[in-house]
Amino acid sequence: MTLNGWLQIAVFCLLVLATVRPLGAHMTRVFSGERSFLSPALGPLERAFYWMAGVNPSKEQHWTRYAAAMLTFNALGFLFLYALQRLQGALPLNPQGFGAVSPDLAFNTASSFVTNTNWQSYGGETTMSYLVQMLGLTVQNYVSAATGIALALVFIRAFARAEGKTVGNFWADLTRGTLYVLLPICIVTSLVLVATGMPQNLNAYVDATTLEGARQTIAQGPVASQVAIKMLGTNGGGFFNANAAHPYENPTALGNMLQMWSIFAIGAAMTCVFGRMVGDTRQGWALLAAMGVIFLAGVTVAYWAEAAGNPLLTSAGADIGASAMQAGGNMEGKEVRFGIALSALFAAITTAASCGAVNAMHDSFTALGGLVPIFNMELGEIVVGGVGAGLYGMLLFAIIAVFIAGLMVGRTPEYLGKKIEAKEVKMTVLAILILPASMLGFAAVASVLPVGVASLNNQGPHGFTEILYAYTSATANNGSAFAGLNANVPFYNTTLGIAMMLGRFAMIVPMLAVAGALVGKKRLAPSEGTFPTHTPLFVGLLVGVIIIVGGLTFFPALSLGPIVEHFLMQAGQTF
Amino acid sequence: MLSHLRPALVLFVLLAALTGIAYPLAITGIAQAVFPSQASGSLIVRDGAVIGSSLIGQNFTDPKYFWPRPSATSAPDPADSTKTVSSPYNAAASTGSNLGPTSKALVERVSGDVTHQREANGMGAAAVPVDLVTTSASGLDPHITPAATRFQVGRVAEARGMAEADVQSLVDRMTEGRQLGFLGEPRVNVLALNMALDDLARK
Repeated sequence: MTLNGWLQIAVFCLLVLATVRPLGAHMTRVFSGERSFLSPALGPLERAFYWMAGVNPSKEQHWTRYAAAMLTFNALGFLFLYALQRLQGALPLNPQGFGAVSPDLAFNTASSFVTNTNWQSYGGETTMSYLVQMLGLTVQNYVSAATGIALALVFIRAFARAEGKTVGNFWADLTRGTLYVLLPICIVTSLVLVATGMPQNLNAYVDATTLEGARQTIAQGPVASQVAIKMLGTNGGGFFNANAAHPYENPTALGNMLQMWSIFAIGAAMTCVFGRMVGDTRQGWALLAAMGVIFLAGVTVAYWAEAAGNPLLTSAGADIGASAMQAGGNMEGKEVRFGIALSALFAAITTAASCGAVNAMHDSFTALGGLVPIFNMELGEIVVGGVGAGLYGMLLFAIIAVFIAGLMVGRTPEYLGKKIEAKEVKMTVLAILILPASMLGFAAVASVLPVGVASLNNQGPHGFTEILYAYTSATANNGSAFAGLNANVPFYNTTLGIAMMLGRFAMIVPMLAVAGALVGKKRLAPSEGTFPTHTPLFVGLLVGVIIIVGGLTFFPALSLGPIVEHFLMQAGQTF
Repeated sequence: MLSHLRPALVLFVLLAALTGIAYPLAITGIAQAVFPSQASGSLIVRDGAVIGSSLIGQNFTDPKYFWPRPSATSAPDPADSTKTVSSPYNAAASTGSNLGPTSKALVERVSGDVTHQREANGMGAAAVPVDLVTTSASGLDPHITPAATRFQVGRVAEARGMAEADVQSLVDRMTEGRQLGFLGEPRVNVLALNMALDDLARK
């Protein structure tokens, strides 16, 4: 680890912190239906959308109607994306002449992009036409992110309102999130990314004759416009197979910093929206502090492990020492321009949020370096998390934390003046348990089926980790991979597609039920006996609950994978 | 559910038209007007022919050129399309090796590359800079570290009949520092360096 590495990590954290307040304030105004500085330009467009759709944005919905609207919209998006892939061979903007995507891959990809997972069983530049990348994938990058924000707003309103019956209007939340938050930021960032060298064209792939006279075909495409929303919406699906490691998809360290900021920007700002809407900004900062503690712990472990490198490569004759001449460390699956610090940082960011873009290959990380992204996802990606999804995941843990605190002192637990009773706790636990059930259940099945094991790229404990990573990533709607696993076979395409659906929608429904139950409750004034939820004590309790729940659930699986592999690596054992 | 159908359908069509057609096309238009070179892939054109892209690495095996990192990219086997063959720096199918830290294939490949680099560069039993024997994440890494250039300077100078100091001073000139002084890592663009070497030879 170097001082310069830590400097880059510090600058990243400060950048994200700097935009929490302005972005949070803007989003609070937008989602409260107030005017913002963008209203003169976008107001007429927004009203035209509502008029054509026959929507009254101020008519609010009960949580069940809100959920039905959300599900209808997403079902439609799913069907459209599936059809578009199946028909791409007959549609325009396909200069490479790619044929129809296979049914199981199209199912997997449609599930993946609708659920904001953006797992990719395919290589972008060898499979998808420009039309599918734009009209199929870019669109879902936008609307799945806007859906996530909308769901978080429901949860926030559940706490902010007293004795309410409705939780907002899905159509208004969806439209406003896209028009006033996602689109304006992406227009700016995509152009900055082009300036750093990212292509943005509709040209056919270029044939070059290299200096040594060989032929090199170079993939092209409308990359920047998709990457901007891929990051901001914590989608993570790469335009190219190598994702943000591809020099076209991440040309410079400066652009890399902008992409990393984009991943965290909205998720971090959602804590500010939460604080403002419930009328106590300290509550938002407390959640952000808990996220920060877990995040920095992950970054430290990953950076340390990758900088320490792989002793097997040292014995093979490689020089892995850090110096002014090289970053050293574990450079397998990493790019020289990013070195160790930015690769480890990116891995922690992309899995803390539910992004899933990668600028280095996680499969080639050291055992403990690879453990960090898995554990981040297993915790449910609550560290800023997916846009919106991170906040409601964190709030579910906050409910558990106050419940445990209540048990310890023998009082009915309250959070923000709302009594937390049996129904809410049951639904919360259900929402939290669905994730490990899917992650571990599917991984267990795939590990013993011949068809599951046949796709492995690595043997020994690392092979098991590849499977565990796949279902963890799919269920957590992350989308990054231990990419050696050949997932583009019917077994994995189908089961991973189901895991993605479970991780998104089977978690959302109990979560919305909690919100629906909470919104109708009174907001009690804090009294002497109220456990304050904006203090370092609460932050500590919350972090403790998250780590204990995550640790107890996943430690056995992790010890069969990365932990045992670490000791075997130290002992010089290979597979 | 049925009452939601109209808003769902209409809003989907409108949002798709906005974010899936208008937005990418508008960005393409602006990008092509303001940053034409970057937007078109930072291509290097010499005498009317495309040599490559300044962002995309290419393979070099000739001793008179600096060599890039190993690449894990592959291409369909011309003899049997269900199989693939190694095809380093295939810029139409990026990928890393995805070999884990305890992979026997990884350790064997690195050992082989270490031996090859030591022999080709006449470096005895010196430890080889790690980036020179590990594959990059994309398989298209355009850069190597200054340490990896230092390891090859002697070989390149000898193959070109140049003084080692002259090659080294060119390498030093071509070494890019961290952006803004602290972002990323020091690096050398292999294609740019090799083109500069050829230009030097032509003068």
